Amino acid sequence: MTSKQTPKSQVYKSKKMKILYGILVLMMVLDGFAPRHHAHFFWDNIGGFSAIFGFIACVILIFFSKGIGHAFLMKREDFYDD
Amino acid sequence: MIEFIHPTLFFFIAAALLPFLKGTTRKIVLLGAPLLAFFGLLMSIEGTHGVLSSMGQEFILGRVDKLSLVFGYVFTIAALIGLVYSLHVERDGEHMAALLYAGSSLGAVFAGDLFTLFIFWEIMAFTSVFLVWFRGSESAAVGIRYLMVHTFGGVALLGGIAIYVANGGGIAFDALPHTGLGPTLILIGFLINAAVPPFHAWLPDAYPESTIPGIVFMAAFTTKTAVYVLVRGFPGTEILVPLGVTMALYGVVYAVLENDIRRLLAYHIISQVGYMVAAVGMGTDLALNGAVSHAYAHILYKGLLMMGMSSVVFMTGRKKLTELGGLYKTMPITFSLYMIGGFAISAFPLFSGFVTKSMVISAAIEIHRPAVSLLLTLASAGTFLHTGLKLPYYVFFAKDAGIVAKDPPPNMIAGMALAAFMCVFIGVWPEFLYKSLPFAADYHPYTGDHVVGALLMLLFTALGFFMLLKKLDPEPTISVDTDWFYRKAVPGFMWLVNKPIAAYEERVTGFYKKGIIAPGVWVSKFSEYLDLLIIDPLVNATAAVHLFWVSYCRKFDVRVIDGMVNAVGRGVFGGGWFSNIFEKYIVYGLINVVGYMNHVGARIFKRLQTGSVHNYAMIIIVGAFILANIYILFRDQLPSNLIVWKWGLG
Repeated sequence: MTSKQTPKSQVYKSKKMKILYGILVLMMVLDGFAPRHHAHFFWDNIGGFSAIFGFIACVILIFFSKGIGHAFLMKREDFYDD
Repeated sequence: MIEFIHPTLFFFIAAALLPFLKGTTRKIVLLGAPLLAFFGLLMSIEGTHGVLSSMGQEFILGRVDKLSLVFGYVFTIAALIGLVYSLHVERDGEHMAALLYAGSSLGAVFAGDLFTLFIFWEIMAFTSVFLVWFRGSESAAVGIRYLMVHTFGGVALLGGIAIYVANGGGIAFDALPHTGLGPTLILIGFLINAAVPPFHAWLPDAYPESTIPGIVFMAAFTTKTAVYVLVRGFPGTEILVPLGVTMALYGVVYAVLENDIRRLLAYHIISQVGYMVAAVGMGTDLALNGAVSHAYAHILYKGLLMMGMSSVVFMTGRKKLTELGGLYKTMPITFSLYMIGGFAISAFPLFSGFVTKSMVISAAIEIHRPAVSLLLTLASAGTFLHTGLKLPYYVFFAKDAGIVAKDPPPNMIAGMALAAFMCVFIGVWPEFLYKSLPFAADYHPYTGDHVVGALLMLLFTALGFFMLLKKLDPEPTISVDTDWFYRKAVPGFMWLVNKPIAAYEERVTGFYKKGIIAPGVWVSKFSEYLDLLIIDPLVNATAAVHLFWVSYCRKFDVRVIDGMVNAVGRGVFGGGWFSNIFEKYIVYGLINVVGYMNHVGARIFKRLQTGSVHNYAMIIIVGAFILANIYILFRDQLPSNLIVWKWGLG
């Protein structure tokens, strides 16, 4: 894993990751040409919709969960012990 | 021709035999039970078997149709995988609990009536809790909490069944009505076992505290039995759709926060079961097939993931993300097999989750529920984020925690490999699973847009993960869940008992002391004076009277009674004197006379005893002559006197 050489926050700027980005963009483009058999909703016809959705889902989940976690839910480990 | 051998039999018999077995035989019996049960199911013929008629009701032990069979297959496979994984465990009790738990789950699946279902439902709770308790003394409280929740669920179920039957519903277990108190209570009982919020907290509370192999069984049976009964009893119940979607997201949110590796996976059970519950709520053939097939795939990949993380706990003794890291070098096989499970749960194409989860989402799209399909896809991204990325990243990579470890024993690896094979096999050849699905719905997961869409979604989730990696660093915390109410609120109740109620009790005691004890002192003083003035003189007077009475009695005794006794004694004495005289002179005298006469007679007869034969012959002849004369003289009288003689002559 690249994380051994580079600090964690820099992982996504390394060279290998740039190649990965290339692949991701290529797949988004390909998705635009994939035949749609079961287009039920308008977003089914947007090329790369699921890519955008996946990325946004990831960001929302992390920020929302950590947000309410730090606000209400997360307690020190001996919370139930006393 | 055997039509159906109840799979529960094999498990219960194996559990009964186990304490008497050792070595290879023990292992053969352990693995033989699920294998025989599986082949028994393959041979079985659909229909109703094992009907017991009693009390005017029909109790059905073996309702065999496509729905119960597909759960039967996957339960026996899961039991086999779990038993292979736990083969190294020495303690018989753990194996017995697992066998009974698996067996009773199968009993619940094949139960054709509500009462039989309820009985196996309860055996499940009371056997699975031992998989928690065998962890050690610190798991005692967790086990009790687990049992309390399931007892509550069991009571709701039983109450619901009783009301439903009393209202003329009958005990047959088929699709139940969606209204009424009885079915509602039954549904609540089912939802508790399915870990639907807010009744879900028992699952992430108890599962991570169970034994190393125990969690593999836990992850497979309880929630999936609940999914089975929901498919059977409540298909198309609308409330299940929002509940299922909530579950799917709820588990994911908590998984972000979780630091305990097995608890993180436990929250993902809730998330995954959410897909199944939502699908049951949709109720179309495709959705129900999706629920069943997702349960099937879920049992296998969740078992694999749990086995992977249990192996990590087993080999390192650590269970927190903050304490783990860098294990890919020392546990490479565990890492590889875990990742197969990670890809399967994340629904990567060619893995089992892809061919089943997409069926649920497609079912939502088919009935035009865009919100449901998008939210379930959102949860799907979260699943990959945690079980496919975050968990393996912080356990196997990230900072090297410098832990000395190696891959687990061969049987544990074999269990994981078996599950991993099934995950890939179903992903590559979905028809194997689809052909045993109970409902008629044609579905093809591998279409171009579907595969590309799924891959894009997952890869961009991964991109987001690596970009926000810093945000996701595990934190050494625990998260409060709805178990707060019975873990903190109960101590709160205890505080209520200890503080305000104790204070109240103290005041009552104070009042008691002042109002009752203190006047009591005066009462006792008063009674002292009463003693002195009245009681004591009375006692003294009584004693004097008593003394007089005793002396009077004594005088009476001496003078009257003793005198009378002496008089009687003297009279008796006088009588004795007379009887002495009588005895001495009359009785003895008479006896002496008789003795003397005998003596005289003996002297006379002595002379007759000469010892000469002719004298004796003479006496005999004289005697015979006298007898003859007597006979001749009294001949006429004799026949009338001698009855015997008369009768003798006839």
